[in-house]
Amino acid sequence: MCTSIVEIVAANGAGKGEGGWFDLTHSVVSYDHPHHALFEEAINIDFVNPALGAGARVAVELSLEAAKELSAALARAIAQAEIEEGARLRHV
Amino acid sequence: MAYEGMIAETITINGDKNEPISAYVARPLGSGPVPGMVLLHHAPGWDEWYREATRKFAHHGYATISHNLYHRAGPGKADDVAAKVRAEGGVPDAQVIGDTEGAVQWLKAQPWSSGKVGVFGTCSGGRQTFLYACHTNSINAACDLWGGRVVMSKEELNPKQPVSPIEYTQKLSCPLLGLFGNEDRAPTPEQVDQHEAELKKYKKDYEFHRYDGAGHGFFYYDRPPYRIEQALDGWKKVFAFLEKHLSA
Repeated sequence: MCTSIVEIVAANGAGKGEGGWFDLTHSVVSYDHPHHALFEEAINIDFVNPALGAGARVAVELSLEAAKELSAALARAIAQAEIEEGARLRHV
Repeated sequence: MAYEGMIAETITINGDKNEPISAYVARPLGSGPVPGMVLLHHAPGWDEWYREATRKFAHHGYATISHNLYHRAGPGKADDVAAKVRAEGGVPDAQVIGDTEGAVQWLKAQPWSSGKVGVFGTCSGGRQTFLYACHTNSINAACDLWGGRVVMSKEELNPKQPVSPIEYTQKLSCPLLGLFGNEDRAPTPEQVDQHEAELKKYKKDYEFHRYDGAGHGFFYYDRPPYRIEQALDGWKKVFAFLEKHLSA
């Protein structure tokens, strides 16, 4: 890679790759050369499970602008989800 | 019309610590002797562009090997394997040097080898080409095309890449060709200046060519950075350099 911008966090969930659904262990976010999107650099997001091999990967390559919009959308959805979860806990 | 023939195939060679790694070889048919080229693939992996580049060098008369620097990341499609390696922080510099020495020695051991070998790499492979050329006495020429992070800050150093390659410039063992785009951000023109100053300081045999209107990866005809005029001139520079240093 020509940049060293890589962020890795644990993932608990499932992703659908070429071979169907599989359990995820990590989310990898990088800013680097994309393979397919026609940008010089892209925000690349890989949802992976390395124990299942390199092919256990759900990949997206986004422009920086699209990644910012996604990040904001994620933050909004998570904020609303936490309100829902809070309300649920109060009813228990 | 003279007969032309080429063989291209995957093989297994001994890499770093004599571990087996995969490689792709293309060479002109015949008994030789022919000079050799070793190609160090870029960060996007051991991919189709490098297969094509291997055959291009063979078309120009070089027995050429492109070894899989990501072999230990396991089997898979080039993009998946490259993503895995990226998440692992790349491959260790010491391992790349060992793998590349293995590829060079494999070439030299073949009955059709002239004994002269050059090394070529782009992107991370350009960086690794320079690094390898500073750690061997086995080659006669090296081509670093837009190798990013030859100049590394202290913050960028890590256990896999513990030393900034520019620190090894004094040990450069062969003539060096460098091709760079003036709009590149890795390496920046200022980093290329730093590298050039170091090469001058140690009186190394080198030639750098810098292209206006080009950034990173301007040879890649299937990617947006492709710049046809700069790429065509760059290829001419590569083959002229190799003719000068690898011919009998």
